[in-house]
Amino acid sequence: MIDTLIDVTLLAFLAVTAIAIIKVRNLFVVIMLFGIFSLHSAGLFVVMDAADVAFTEAAVGAGISTVLMLATLALTRNQQEKMPVHRARLPLLVVLITAGALIYGTYDIPSFGDSRSPSQEYLKPQYIERGVKETGTPNIVTALLASYRGYDTLGEVTVIFTAGIGVLLLVGGRITRRVKPGESGPERRKIDET
Amino acid sequence: MKHNLILRVIAKFLFPVIALFAFYVQFHGDFGPGGGFQAGVILSVAFIFYALVFGLKTTEEVIPPHLLRILASMGILIYAGTGITTMLMGGNFLDYNLLSLTPIQGQHIGIMVVEAGVGITVFSVMLMIFFAFAGRERPQETDHD
Repeated sequence: MIDTLIDVTLLAFLAVTAIAIIKVRNLFVVIMLFGIFSLHSAGLFVVMDAADVAFTEAAVGAGISTVLMLATLALTRNQQEKMPVHRARLPLLVVLITAGALIYGTYDIPSFGDSRSPSQEYLKPQYIERGVKETGTPNIVTALLASYRGYDTLGEVTVIFTAGIGVLLLVGGRITRRVKPGESGPERRKIDET
Repeated sequence: MKHNLILRVIAKFLFPVIALFAFYVQFHGDFGPGGGFQAGVILSVAFIFYALVFGLKTTEEVIPPHLLRILASMGILIYAGTGITTMLMGGNFLDYNLLSLTPIQGQHIGIMVVEAGVGITVFSVMLMIFFAFAGRERPQETDHD
């Protein structure tokens, strides 16, 4: 009963935030709403007993990405989103059809917490049974990520590293090095282009 | 935000708390929720918070960007190095069982080391990205770096 109440409340907040994000034109407000949206999702993950995911969502979604988007907003200096000049009927149709297909697809997904779904029956009992015995790590999530699927996690870390390198190459401070001190942004860019 | 007294005091007070929590998440990841990724993100959040209040320059003095680049590569190196080490000890890549006398102890060490690598890389990459974005439009000192 109380679980349902929390679920409904959080999902309602999510929906309200999402609609607000669509409606509001001030980008600063939109970024703040995105942070709130992430926080609500983190709350939902906690309700679903996925504490690790909630952790990540709260730290990355509500924390870092909000700060990064604010930094981007400070760079672009354009606080207002432009009103669209025409009504987007065809995109709306495409979105509606896709959403309908996706919602139809959810009927084939095993319901939440279904103990007889394929993913619960095939490997998971093995991990639960052998995880603590083989790795001595009570948190099975950690045992899975770091030990059983060490390859995957190594790949993920490499992806993060590559992303960092990519950002450094794109917006890193290297290009400004040739310029004398005391010059402001727009001139600097012009010098670089010539 | 340099003249905002309350904010500065709170930031100084919160920085060690956030950092400590990050280390708790890092080293308690075997038992509770969390692990290297979350810990790295939380620790970088502490530094970003510091940077937001005290300015980018102060933060870059605390943790210089070139050090971050080295750290980011170090993390992956630690991770992959663990795998190579187990290979050199005669096992498979990332086979932690060989790292100590008993397999369980080996697994403990392996997971700990690997998570440390993850944490270091995630922490430094997050900060690197933040510095790259936030330091973009600053008046630049050419002799720095």
